Amino acid sequence: MIAQRIGLGLLTLFVISLLIFGAIELLPGDLAQEILGQSATPETVAAFRRELGLDLPAYERYLGWLGGVLQGDFGNSLANGRPIADLIAGRLGNTLFLALYAAAIAVPLSLALGILAALYRNSLYDRAVNVFTLSSISFPEFFVAYILIFYLAQSGFFPSIAKITPEASLAEKLYRTFLPALTLTLVVTAHMMRMTRAAIINLLASPYIEMARLKGVQPGRLIVRHALPNALAPIINVIALNLAYLITGVVVVEVVFVYPGLGQLMVDSVAKRDITVVQAAALIFACAYVLLNLTADVLSTMSNPRLIHRR
Amino acid sequence: MSDDEKPVLLTIRDLCIEGYADETWLEIVKDVSLDLRRGEVLGLIGESGAGKSTIGLAAMGFTRDGCRISGGTITFDGIDLRAAPVTERRALRGKRIAYVAQSAAASFNPAHKLIDQYSEGPLIHHVMGRKEAENDAVELYRRMRLPNPEEIGFRYPHQVSGGQLQRAMTAMAMACRPDLIIFDEPTTALDVTTQIEVLAAIRDIVEQFDTAAIYITHDLAVVAQMADKIKVLLRGEEVEEADTRTMLADPKQDYTKTLWAVRSLQRDEQPPAGAGETPVVSVRDVTAAYGDVPVLYEVSFDIHARRTVAVVGESGSGKSTAARVITGLLPPLSGEVQFNGETLPADYRRRSKDQLRQAQMIYQMADTALNPKQRIREIVGRPVEFYLGLRGKALEARIRELLHLIELEPDDFIDRLPSELSGGQKQRIGIARALAAEPQFIICDEVTSALDQLVAEGILRLLDRLQSEFKLAYMFITHDLATVRAIADEVVVMKEGRIIEKGGKTEMFTPPHDPYTELLLSSVPEMDPDWLDHLLAERAAGRAGAGVKSADA
Amino acid sequence: METLISILFFLFWAALVIAVAALAAWLFRAVIIAVSPKNLAKVLRTAPLTASFGMLIILIYVVVSVLAPAIAPFGEREVVGGEYLPWDSTYILGTDNLGRDMFTRIIYGARNTVGIAFVTTALAFIAGAIFGLLAATVGGWLDQILSRIVDVLMAIPALIFALLLLTIVGTSIINMILVIALIDSTRVFRLARAVAMNIVVMDYIEAAQLRGEGLWRLITREILPNAMAPLVAEFGLRFCFVFLAISALSFLGLGIQPPTADWGSMVRDNATLITFGDITPLLPAGAIALLTVAVNFVVDWMLHRASGLKE
Repeated sequence: MIAQRIGLGLLTLFVISLLIFGAIELLPGDLAQEILGQSATPETVAAFRRELGLDLPAYERYLGWLGGVLQGDFGNSLANGRPIADLIAGRLGNTLFLALYAAAIAVPLSLALGILAALYRNSLYDRAVNVFTLSSISFPEFFVAYILIFYLAQSGFFPSIAKITPEASLAEKLYRTFLPALTLTLVVTAHMMRMTRAAIINLLASPYIEMARLKGVQPGRLIVRHALPNALAPIINVIALNLAYLITGVVVVEVVFVYPGLGQLMVDSVAKRDITVVQAAALIFACAYVLLNLTADVLSTMSNPRLIHRR
Repeated sequence: MSDDEKPVLLTIRDLCIEGYADETWLEIVKDVSLDLRRGEVLGLIGESGAGKSTIGLAAMGFTRDGCRISGGTITFDGIDLRAAPVTERRALRGKRIAYVAQSAAASFNPAHKLIDQYSEGPLIHHVMGRKEAENDAVELYRRMRLPNPEEIGFRYPHQVSGGQLQRAMTAMAMACRPDLIIFDEPTTALDVTTQIEVLAAIRDIVEQFDTAAIYITHDLAVVAQMADKIKVLLRGEEVEEADTRTMLADPKQDYTKTLWAVRSLQRDEQPPAGAGETPVVSVRDVTAAYGDVPVLYEVSFDIHARRTVAVVGESGSGKSTAARVITGLLPPLSGEVQFNGETLPADYRRRSKDQLRQAQMIYQMADTALNPKQRIREIVGRPVEFYLGLRGKALEARIRELLHLIELEPDDFIDRLPSELSGGQKQRIGIARALAAEPQFIICDEVTSALDQLVAEGILRLLDRLQSEFKLAYMFITHDLATVRAIADEVVVMKEGRIIEKGGKTEMFTPPHDPYTELLLSSVPEMDPDWLDHLLAERAAGRAGAGVKSADA
Repeated sequence: METLISILFFLFWAALVIAVAALAAWLFRAVIIAVSPKNLAKVLRTAPLTASFGMLIILIYVVVSVLAPAIAPFGEREVVGGEYLPWDSTYILGTDNLGRDMFTRIIYGARNTVGIAFVTTALAFIAGAIFGLLAATVGGWLDQILSRIVDVLMAIPALIFALLLLTIVGTSIINMILVIALIDSTRVFRLARAVAMNIVVMDYIEAAQLRGEGLWRLITREILPNAMAPLVAEFGLRFCFVFLAISALSFLGLGIQPPTADWGSMVRDNATLITFGDITPLLPAGAIALLTVAVNFVVDWMLHRASGLKE
């Protein structure tokens, strides 16, 4: 079962790489012509095509590209000719740092708040949570970001531009990236709280929870021993879904805070139509996303007692 | 010491409980009072919605979400359960009052072993230590006649069958040797042959420990075996209460009398069809499978006009699959279905409109059988329009005629939605939709099993009347032998995809039987309070299907 | 001390705004109950204040976008004065980076941003719902093929996929509409299929199939009426996602292009003002947030009603 799911995940990755590679093929007109402009002579176009390998059949180029990617070589940028691997190297780390930073705040916070809302459902707290989370789900990320800048950066508490250098200390980094991380936290917490609440309410309605209460089990023990072992699967899924959401959420936030991450690189490259860089970035984001979902599925399958203890 | 001299354990006076629905509180239990002495078993009986479970839980000082106790008192051994603080009530639950739920599969926590769930009560109530509790569990599993009592506790709930889980749950309820156990329909989800074993085990253990019990069920025959006295409920109110024998022999209230009377419906077997007559439906050597899982093996039977063939069996016997083969939903691997001597295409999509029209179906769950967004006019009118091409005034007249046939007033019902009907009325509309096609043959799939007994009887009488009026052939799928007695001419007994026995009803109900038929027949509870004792004695002597394994053993 | 006063000040205004909104919502509900026919009025009576507030806001947006030329004091693309003029009586909300009237552009933005989001959602919905219903009803290989395609498309995060596709086809309004409609139709497909799957297993569908009804009648008369409630709620949710996605793309400079007035790009073009303590650029962002909140409030009520009626 788990092997099957992993196999499916690898297959998905393969298909995605095909899809992302195939994107170039779908380009209307000739890529070389497009990049060099209308004034280019046929000779220069042909030379450029050879340089890009566009004269080879598609499957050979795909295999070459995939082979390179697996060794960390993404080819060169069309815009400035630099190796993409160099462009990405530092930025990928920055993006991961920001996403993990936000997750480290958001996951415990939203799980705790979500479980509380489920335990005290229909209370004033629960209703307030519902209105608050519905609202913040509805806010565009850049709105949240600018509000934070307006209130927290204006008054000089935190920097509005998240410049970080590799040699900065961890504390320095955490301070400088506090606002982008907070933005992401606010956006993702709402989602997570709602999902956690729904999952826990669903769980507490099961007959075995009622049975435990009828056995005289105290509330604390009810949660820890009866609800939690069965809540693992839904909670793992909630976390994974939102980490996946964080991965794409960083794009907008990085642009607002001028943060040197992969998302900003991708947006810039889209504007320049630097297709090879976009490809590389899309592949990295998509892989992270697929792998996260895969991990969540495997973990939640493993936490299901019906599957651990086969008949 | 006779029961009357024992001290009173539980007293409920003028209990009122409200439930929250449609933004208002509605009374679901009204002024119910009861007394229960130590060691006494009270049967609470009533149709669905009578408030039985709600009262049972209230006896533990517990209400489900969306319910609240609005009046009356509940006193357990001198403790006022409404006034007692939460901690005191919690200390009673599981220790002195225990609960056995209807669905054991859903009520055991899937994450823990049975024996850990058994030990939890004794541990948190400080009755026993872990080791002691585990040894005790094995002992009680043995007394509940569970197979491998030493080993079964170390399994997880999903690794144990339904009937065994139900017994394990009763054992768990007994763990702290409570004074009172609430049994909430503990055998309703089980097959008849499994039910016997669970009933016997429950009764023994309650007697051995002299535990008082409230036994909640909708099945009169079951409660007759289990209870010392019976209270009948109707829509949250008490109808009457008396000790079991008096109640069975001499019910006072009209409602109770009608409940008792239902069991008496019986139809005489119609004379068999002439030898040369072509059957309406003939199933010939049908073998079928769902994917790779075989479900039917060389099944053959005939159904003649004006006759009812009851196909009987427990869950998984293949009786519904046989119906799916006849309707063409499941093309068989081999064999064929003939209609008036003519072979039908195996897949319904290849059958002609007229072939489809001739065979109609009535479903078990009327709720899911009627499109909730269509009015009765459309539900009943569509087959008329589709098959017979009636339009406008003629269509309207025909719909009204059909509603008359099923005894529903057309003006009142024609524009209603299914949600505006009662369960029995929905089932009648299902019948009208089948009749609308003017078929020769109707499959009735457990049509009465989701209905309360009185309503079910009305449906059976209606089907009976329609059969003689329109010369219909019925295939009646059921697990309930009382229904078979009430309506069948011929019986087909199925088990694990094979036909065990078939023949005329009279012949089938007279010994000698095939051993499985014997087991099935003898397992159907009867109203006689001594029935279970007699049956157990018979089986101990090696009769009444004693040699056959039940579906769940 | 100063901070404390400003916090109190903020709380006071927040409370005032909530009170006014609640009062408006309450009055609005009273009015629509009075003018609605009996059946509808009965349903509307169950609407919580949040939902009637949502309906009020949606109504206001619709009116504004229809009457935009009549309300706006200037032309959509008209340069009326200097750049970044402050708020005054002529230019109610000042002017933007090119000297166009902010207030006018916010009003036209309602028309453009909301209109485009609506068209996109409708497209996504028609495609997704039709294929989803077909897949569930017909089943077999058709269902397998469609579901696998959707699985792969959904394995790439939406924003990343949109960026990739926009690089290939180039940024224009039509391209953006098509790209987002394609991506979102996969989500609609999933839901429509799941909803229809639950209906297809019902006995009344089997009865209709055994009667010999055709595919068209099966879908339109038997399945669709029962799938309507969740599909309508999904339309609301989808609209929110599409609206936020378009705004995000426009904010990144890859969506609706100048000089068309659009809220996302207005935030981007005037973002510098925020660092000078001017909240004007937050207004278009707030306009996005407010509409999304409103739709979410209404959808939340509809979902709550739908789930409540089941029990």
